[in-house]
Amino acid sequence: MTKKDWLLPALIALLALVPLTGSRFYIFLLTDIMIFGLFALSLNLLLGYTGLVSFGQAAYFGIGAYACALLVKKAGLNFLLSLALAGLCGAAAAVIIGFFCVRLTKIYFAMLTLAFSQIVWAIAFKWNSLTGGDNGIMGIDFPWYLGSKVHFYYFTLAVLALSMFLLHRLVGSPMGRILMTIRDNPERTEFIGINVKLFQLIAFVVSGLFAALAGGLFAVFNHSVFPDTCYWSVSAEVLIMTLLGGMYSFYGPLVGAALLLYLRLEVTSYTAYWPLILGTILCLLLFFFPSGVIGFVQDRLAGRKGSG
Amino acid sequence: MGYSLSFIIIQLLNGLTNAMFIFLIAAGLSIIFGVLGVLNFAHGSFYMLGAYMTFQVVSLFVNSPFQFWAAVIAAPLAVAVVGGVVERTLLRRLYGHEELNQLLFTYALVLILSDAARIVWGIGQLSVSRPEVLRGAVQIMGQYFPKYNVFIILLGPCVAFLFWYFMLRTRWGRMIRAAALDREMLGSLGVDVNRLFTLVFFIGTWLAALGGALVAPVASIKPGMDLEVIINAFIVVVIGGLGSFWGTFLGSLIVGVVYSLGILVVPRLSMVFIYAIMILVLIIRPWGLLGKPLRR
Repeated sequence: MTKKDWLLPALIALLALVPLTGSRFYIFLLTDIMIFGLFALSLNLLLGYTGLVSFGQAAYFGIGAYACALLVKKAGLNFLLSLALAGLCGAAAAVIIGFFCVRLTKIYFAMLTLAFSQIVWAIAFKWNSLTGGDNGIMGIDFPWYLGSKVHFYYFTLAVLALSMFLLHRLVGSPMGRILMTIRDNPERTEFIGINVKLFQLIAFVVSGLFAALAGGLFAVFNHSVFPDTCYWSVSAEVLIMTLLGGMYSFYGPLVGAALLLYLRLEVTSYTAYWPLILGTILCLLLFFFPSGVIGFVQDRLAGRKGSG
Repeated sequence: MGYSLSFIIIQLLNGLTNAMFIFLIAAGLSIIFGVLGVLNFAHGSFYMLGAYMTFQVVSLFVNSPFQFWAAVIAAPLAVAVVGGVVERTLLRRLYGHEELNQLLFTYALVLILSDAARIVWGIGQLSVSRPEVLRGAVQIMGQYFPKYNVFIILLGPCVAFLFWYFMLRTRWGRMIRAAALDREMLGSLGVDVNRLFTLVFFIGTWLAALGGALVAPVASIKPGMDLEVIINAFIVVVIGGLGSFWGTFLGSLIVGVVYSLGILVVPRLSMVFIYAIMILVLIIRPWGLLGKPLRR
């Protein structure tokens, strides 16, 4: 379709080569980046493509994490099945929550998603007998066939590759066009006979599904889940990742996740004041690069071409 | 459940006390949203700064009998000046931008201010003692109820009334309400809207910091108090109606009372009750109980 079609395979191939370096540091960091990258990509389907500012994306991430942890740990299910079911749990929650949320617009939509995500957090925090409350769920092991960090790295890469392939197909499809039309002007989209609420709900559910998948991976990667996973500050953080990379670019959220997590790792090895640094980065971003890193690069390139 | 009536009443009064604290914070949040159109995540941070500054002022005047009152006056003003400066130098540049960018800027402020407070005051819990006259308790139906809480319950409506009077009857209040309705028109009538916006942000911040100053003697001052309170304030303004003054008052009462009575019924779910009320309101009346539907 476009000359960018080689980008995804190239990216995956590049990521597949990383474990050959044998660096445990990069394997750890990149697994983390891929998980949060998937989470941010899921958010961007709403934010960048459909124009819905969700402030409660941590809910589906958390639901995925808890569902996967509980299914593996308490129900003794196979990990792959648990992960798939965790994704479905996220989608199911998104159907219910999205049903109410898409009725609202703008700031009210954001507030309602926030309220629902706080309910999810409150349940995770207070339902001791199921979720372990504040102590969370610990001791979630890698399944035997993914026995090492490298195996899990490749598994995460496979999930990310498949998800990105599907999401890329989705946003390039006629349905993706409809979503972007809704983003640009919901009223006019309604006028040409498109059921805006329905398509917003579909986007919401697909987004919830992939966020929950990322959550499931996160639970196993960390061998534990805590209520903090679904706290509202996590929703804010993934929003920042998306914005940092650029919300109008398919790969933006992934780039944002990579930048943010890498910076966090670097900064926290020097100082405990990561929030201060993150806040400052965010300010610089908002004032000087409002279209994100990828957007900035694209603008620059376009400017060169235009003038030259 | 076997609770005596007097116990329930005491719990109700505790709920009212909390409601007044939440009201001070939420009122500032509401006026800033109503006029500037910015949903200010940093509002909880100004509340936190108010509490820390109160601690600071109180520890400066250790031997004065008026240390607390000096702090209640000085700390919120100092924080409000910070708020005004932030609006004037930074937030102002984002007015033409997307709502999301403003939201994220205020979130950046949350991050920066929380670490700034950690750097200055450390991560330990701090406390401020109650002023001499408000120590001890009064007896209500055989139960003891702290004098300080009585003071707060009486003070809340006074502040609400003064604020309402300011907004409704004074020249500045009228201009602020006009700016909420149509800032271009107000500007073309010769009012300096920029200055008005700074004033609104100043007042809003002052209210939040006043809440923080007043809560200092009854709560521990610690990192994280900003994140807790901002969500409650959001819930209040959403329930009451974004930008609606009496809605905010009503929302505060609902949240404060439901929380403290909810604890008696199902201790674990009292938080969930409040989120559930917010969701119900958003589904049935997205513009809040006393708010008006958005134009456009």
